[in-house]
Amino acid sequence: MASLIRTSLRTGLRASSSSAAPLTFTRGKATLPDLAYDYGALEPAVSGKIMELHHKNHHQTYVNSYNTAIEQLQEAQASNNIAAQIALKPLINFHGGGHINHTLFWENLAPKNAGGGEPPSGALSKAINDSFGSLEKFQGQMNTALAGIQGSGWAWLVQDKQTGSIAIKTYANQDPVVGQFKPLLGIDAWEHAYYLQYQNRKAEYFKAIWEVINWKAVEKRFA
Amino acid sequence: MSTQKYTLPPLPYAYDALEPVISSQIMTLHHQKHHQTYITNLNAALEAQSTALSTQNISALISLQQKIKFNGGGHINHSLFWENLAPYNSPSTNIESSAPDLKRAIEAQFGSVEGFIKAFNATLLGIQGSGWGWLVKSNTPEGKLEIVTTKDQDPVSGLVPIFGVDMWEHAYYLQYLNNKAGYVEGIWRVVNWGVAEERFRNGIEGAVKL
Repeated sequence: MASLIRTSLRTGLRASSSSAAPLTFTRGKATLPDLAYDYGALEPAVSGKIMELHHKNHHQTYVNSYNTAIEQLQEAQASNNIAAQIALKPLINFHGGGHINHTLFWENLAPKNAGGGEPPSGALSKAINDSFGSLEKFQGQMNTALAGIQGSGWAWLVQDKQTGSIAIKTYANQDPVVGQFKPLLGIDAWEHAYYLQYQNRKAEYFKAIWEVINWKAVEKRFA
Repeated sequence: MSTQKYTLPPLPYAYDALEPVISSQIMTLHHQKHHQTYITNLNAALEAQSTALSTQNISALISLQQKIKFNGGGHINHSLFWENLAPYNSPSTNIESSAPDLKRAIEAQFGSVEGFIKAFNATLLGIQGSGWGWLVKSNTPEGKLEIVTTKDQDPVSGLVPIFGVDMWEHAYYLQYLNNKAGYVEGIWRVVNWGVAEERFRNGIEGAVKL
């Protein structure tokens, strides 16, 4: 019985993680996923240097810190230390969120020669037109949302799991899209995502990023 | 109705004066672009507030509050920050000679200056996202010292900010990239202990006027 539950739990976990974001795990540890393109492949929208630091250093740090927090959580669980488990929650949210967000982000970007920037089609295209009027209007609203973030954070196109409707939402710091909404398309508005190339001219980054959005990946997330 | 316009305060030193700890390029962008943008947006928000007030538009007034807090906080925080930094190797960066009273208070509360710096650095590195770390003094007669953080551009309120360290990525990224620990360690070589002592003794009015 116990092993049955454990097996079904594990299967459930695997299923949900693969549908939300194919995060990679080795022996229960989160690991840095490979990019599906070269660091320089998103130029000129995003420089190779930014991509390399962002992936190899920033994302890796979230992965490492998440693994550390989970180890501490397991220890706290083993010793029945409830206060310690609760105290770890912000770290798991931040670093686990950082891991999830960046993984989704890399996937919803693509070089121009691999479909980056090619507009969405089918049901997603229709949903965007119905909800925002047009793709251009959606992009304008998303850029306004991005520019309005006060501090570090992300803007997402999300889908309401109950109604199926889509909307733009911003999230602070590394807060992940969980719960009522499903993440479809995320854009990183942390300064480390653009500063080496755009400095304080973040509006230029928000404008350029659309040239390398992988709408095919977004369509797969949209159900 | 016209409102008071805030303007960018000049830096009390040259853009390259904090090198090698903070590069001239960072200081120039940080002051001329980032700080200026907070001031521009603060003035716009206050102007809109003035209009909303004269037309008794309460929902507009409420929706402007966060803009005023963010951009007003950005203006206050950066103004305090520039003042509590000093040129590399200048006499003000020496805590012994520049901040005898504050040093005694730090030692009394944190055991030693080194212990205090260690605690402050850990707090800075623990900030999740954009924000600031501050040494503050309570407004009570005992004037207790405390290390606090404020998120995004929230200003310190109800406490006297002795000095602040900007932990937004724009404050260090061009030079330190993801090595924020390097920035945090370096910043101590350009803390203006003279200004910190002045704020510790006399509160903020004596040191900074916006």
